[in-house]
Amino acid sequence: MSGLRLTEGSRGPGASVAVEGAPLTRTQVPYVTGSSVLGMKCADGVVIACDTMASYGSLARFKRLTRMHVASPNCILGVGGDYSDFQQLQTMVDAEMTAQYVANDGLSLSPKAIHAFLARHMYHRRCKVDPLWNSVLVAGFHKGEGTLSLVDLYGTAYSSDVLATGFALHLGLPLLRNAHRPDITVAEAKVVMNDVLKVLFYRDARTNDVVQLATVTAAGVEVGDMVKLDTEWNHKAFVQGARAGDESSW
Amino acid sequence: MFRNQYDTDITTYSPQGRLHQVEYAMEAVKQGSASVGVRSKTHVVLATLKRFASELSGDQKKLFAIDDHVVIAISGLTADARVLSRYMRTETQHHKFMYEEPMPVGRLVLQVADKCQISTQRASKRPFGVGLLVAGVDENGPHLYQTCPSGNYFEYLAMAIGARSQSAKTYLERTYTTLADADVEALVQAAVTALRETVASSKDTELSAKNTAIAIVGSDGAPVRILENAAVQPYIDALDSTPSAADDDDDDEDEADAPAATPAVAPDAPAAAPEGGSPAGGDAPAEEPPANGAADMQT
Repeated sequence: MSGLRLTEGSRGPGASVAVEGAPLTRTQVPYVTGSSVLGMKCADGVVIACDTMASYGSLARFKRLTRMHVASPNCILGVGGDYSDFQQLQTMVDAEMTAQYVANDGLSLSPKAIHAFLARHMYHRRCKVDPLWNSVLVAGFHKGEGTLSLVDLYGTAYSSDVLATGFALHLGLPLLRNAHRPDITVAEAKVVMNDVLKVLFYRDARTNDVVQLATVTAAGVEVGDMVKLDTEWNHKAFVQGARAGDESSW
Repeated sequence: MFRNQYDTDITTYSPQGRLHQVEYAMEAVKQGSASVGVRSKTHVVLATLKRFASELSGDQKKLFAIDDHVVIAISGLTADARVLSRYMRTETQHHKFMYEEPMPVGRLVLQVADKCQISTQRASKRPFGVGLLVAGVDENGPHLYQTCPSGNYFEYLAMAIGARSQSAKTYLERTYTTLADADVEALVQAAVTALRETVASSKDTELSAKNTAIAIVGSDGAPVRILENAAVQPYIDALDSTPSAADDDDDDEDEADAPAATPAVAPDAPAAAPEGGSPAGGDAPAEEPPANGAADMQT
């Protein structure tokens, strides 16, 4: 029993109760989860994109949930992983931004500082073996320059021109890399994002076809509406099924 | 010895609504040797006068680099200043760790002021007997702050604290408008010249490379620079061509606009008038601390 708790994890009864002879265990398995988030840094800003579903295991449990959070007028988060942990993260970031505001000196946190703040907290939680089960994309625009960074549940933190979380680490990131140019514009990147989201919807069983894009530019954060993807299911490989004539990518 | 019956307890107001212990702590700042700070649009410079406990001793430290972008000058009890400087170093390091950005100077000063305030409102505590000039740069450019044992803090374009700082303040009040666009060299020279005003009427003290320390911090991204000994000498030498305001007048408040072109330091000049009204009223403390053990606590 006590041995099992370590690997099974437990949100159920007695989740935080120490079992005799075993270490205290907390969230070790995510429950309601969001899938991929995509991000691309452009010449004139940053674009992030994700779908709007939260799965309960393999069940498409919640649809049309936003997985983005506006952290500040020039910084937005896109979050994959456990949805309740995402909500906890929102509370945490909002509390920090409020603390900055009440200092009443006109100063606030830059996108880079918000990313660092999240990285410290995520690493702190993983050190308590109580991680927030998320991958967070931090997109910002500060002093004429876009920033795009990632933090995961281990506190791993890095920045790049193109970033992806979840399933898109495998299927989306190569597409983003191919599409990225240093001089790519936000408008162009939005088209790329839609294409990649479509591929993800075709291939990732934890994704839905209603997506959301957000941009951060010199004008600030702009969160787009939830948009239904224009999908095409009559591709030969889809119709003939897997392995037919070895044309399928599966 | 006691001024009245309400000054033994920090948290008891006098019938006039004053906290005497806090005011005495403010006096401790004035016993310390002078510190001067000046600010331009790009840099902040601190200049300090170091005291020597004896002929054989080293000097008491007056400047503490807090981080790459913040440095403080202290007047008052050195030991209390060390506690505050360690606190400030911890806070700036913590901020750097947490946000990967240098701490805004105003935030740091606010925290120090809050720390000072706590010891003015708790019966079991003693107010810090030290005042700080905090020089630093952040996103909004250079800043110069003063903190007091009372928990007050102020931002300045130019400021002086410590013994006979009124002379330096008078000098700065006349010249600060020229400092905004001054280059670093001119700013350092202005700080040293202001500092010289505090010893201009002293018989036994004269600014030298040995007893002057300078700190420079600028918004060019370079870390705090502290100049001592030989590095200070050029600014001391340059003083000789700048006449002292105190040479022809022993009253700081009543000086001619154009100082007379007399030798820079007049060792035989009459002693400066005591500083304007002590906030505690009554007998103002002696300008020069007595040559005993207690005086060694202050720089």
